[in-house]
Amino acid sequence: MSEQQQPQIKKSVAKLCMTVVAMFAFGFALVPLYDVFCEVTGLNGKTATEATTYQADGIDESRTITVQFISRTAKNAAWQFEPEMNSIQVHPGEMKFVKFYAKNNTGANAVAQAVPSVSPGQAANYFQKIECFCFNQQPLQANEDIWMPLQFYVDPDLPEDMTELTLSYTLYDITATIGS
Amino acid sequence: MTTVTDTMEHVDGHHDHHDHHADHKMTGIKRWLLTTNHKDIGTLYLWFSFIMLLTGGAMAMVIRAELFQPGLQIVEPDFFNQMTTVHGLIMVFGAIMPAFTGLANWMIPMMIGAPDMALPRLNNWSFWILPFAFGILLASLFMEGGGPNFGWTFYAPLSTTYSNGSTAFFVFAVHIMGISSIMGAINIIVTIMNMRAPGMTYMKMPLFVWTFFITAYLLIAVMPVLAGTVTMVLTDTYFGTSFFDAAGGGDPVLFQHIFWFFGHPEVYIMILPAFGIVSTTIPAFCRKPLFGYSSMVYATASIAFLSFIVWAHHMFTTGMPLAGELFFMYCTMLIAVPTGVKVFNWVATMWRGAISFETPMLFSIAFVILFTIGGFSGLMLAMTPVDFQYHDTYFVVAHFHYVLVTGSLFSIFAAVYYWLPKWTGHMYDEKLGKLHFWCSMISVNVLFFPMHFLGLAGMPRRIPDYALQFADFNKWVSIGGFAFGLSQLIFLALVIKCIRAGKQAEAKSWEGAEGLEWTVASPAPYHTFATPPKVD
Repeated sequence: MSEQQQPQIKKSVAKLCMTVVAMFAFGFALVPLYDVFCEVTGLNGKTATEATTYQADGIDESRTITVQFISRTAKNAAWQFEPEMNSIQVHPGEMKFVKFYAKNNTGANAVAQAVPSVSPGQAANYFQKIECFCFNQQPLQANEDIWMPLQFYVDPDLPEDMTELTLSYTLYDITATIGS
Repeated sequence: MTTVTDTMEHVDGHHDHHDHHADHKMTGIKRWLLTTNHKDIGTLYLWFSFIMLLTGGAMAMVIRAELFQPGLQIVEPDFFNQMTTVHGLIMVFGAIMPAFTGLANWMIPMMIGAPDMALPRLNNWSFWILPFAFGILLASLFMEGGGPNFGWTFYAPLSTTYSNGSTAFFVFAVHIMGISSIMGAINIIVTIMNMRAPGMTYMKMPLFVWTFFITAYLLIAVMPVLAGTVTMVLTDTYFGTSFFDAAGGGDPVLFQHIFWFFGHPEVYIMILPAFGIVSTTIPAFCRKPLFGYSSMVYATASIAFLSFIVWAHHMFTTGMPLAGELFFMYCTMLIAVPTGVKVFNWVATMWRGAISFETPMLFSIAFVILFTIGGFSGLMLAMTPVDFQYHDTYFVVAHFHYVLVTGSLFSIFAAVYYWLPKWTGHMYDEKLGKLHFWCSMISVNVLFFPMHFLGLAGMPRRIPDYALQFADFNKWVSIGGFAFGLSQLIFLALVIKCIRAGKQAEAKSWEGAEGLEWTVASPAPYHTFATPPKVD
């Protein structure tokens, strides 16, 4: 290895090390990028995490949408969790109110968090929630139960080919996570 | 940074010293522990990868023994899962990748007329951390709770919420493997950029060097992303973060996006060097220059570029929108174009060549045919509508074993046979080599071809038991597997025999061989090209 090569080698090594650091950071940058991408495009069935206000101008009575409700508890959650009805008929723009029942069967005070998902995913941006229990954590004492509110409407801009939406909630017991 | 370059100058001083006593080297174990010689380190890498091949192969034997007949006979389902996981990790990170790095270490300096790699001490370190990485990984198999059992793809939440406690060992092992690969890649790039002999322009470099150059860039780009992914898995499992945990606002599908952003370029990291190898061996045994050299370079670069924008074809069934599925489907199929260019160029090189069929050539021809089969099954998997049927079946297993075993591994065999005379100074036993080839060739197809049918008929992968209608094919597959495993012992015997004795190899061991490495004596002296050769 000749002396003239040394500075060049140093320079190349520095550049490559910088690339490595940049790509490591890029891996982590993918996390917020993914959230923003999903939010903008409405992919992945993620609904808004904050309440909206009613903004539709009028009810489109020519269309009827079936909204189905699915509730399930994550593997570690010993909770009872179900909607008061399995499905509901709505016209786009029409406000609806549905209650979900939850009971803490863990035998101890616990906190749960429901995470929503809409299928088909592209409909997520048209599913507007005025009020939802999923916006908050649900602390329940042992054997306490609660009826939790969901108020929503379907945006009249919903694409014509969609006649059926499924709103799925998964309830996680997050007591341990909060405690730590 | 400064430490690296400082020590380099120090090493440099030693080199001048070495040049006065051409063959001076330390003796015994110290020679191997402290070596900064690219040939020694290449040898270490190659032996290490062969040991890993046998270790991962032994795990494959456990898998095939369990699947020999329906029902659970030999191992518990949880241990079966550990076997599939660790088999995958060892073969990818322990066998194929280190073997390529070993070949790069041995051959690149000799091919570009450099005295050694640019960063010899870094080179020593990047090898010697590898045994520790695999030591950690293998040790976890013997611990309470067992080793990683979530598949080599370690999808969250299998590796986080439902981990058996081995995640930390797995993560640190992958961190070390990643650091090793990154340092190896930096070394390759810096060497190629700065240490080429006068007159060796980029477009005069052997294609072997080109493919390693591009592969090293891929490694630099994606290994840090893998390191980030495993770090996220680590913090999700042990430190209460929620990158992939829906309960805390994360998303398990995000894991798959980040993982496959690494995972797809990784596929090309394991096949581009193979392209470089057969582009060296095929012209040598056809006694013709490689057809379409520059198109080969551009095709390699195009494949490397496209590999970054196709990752989600591993995720068609995660509920992507139609537009996304179409985008990833068409981009994936686009890769068939540069790959096709390569296959046609190899065939065109053979066209009207004066071909002789020594073992390296046999493995190279088998590579072209069988890799193309693996490529075609890849195209089938790329089609979104049919992927819903093929996803996570044995068809996928057949596909990636055709590209990784009959592709990457066969190319490594071709390379070892081709350069063994240069490394050892002896010609290997051609009869034994041909025996190894034919045993491998026949058994590997008995092993992997019926897997296509099993997959199309719906047999899921990573399951220790199966429905009765799959029994016959599974029996064939297992027999093929045992035969293929045993065939590799022929290879071990051949290499040992060749190191010990054999017909003295000439400097130019093959009639049609081209390149600077054939201008030095066989075996290659400990130090080569202390004064750079002139390239016209």
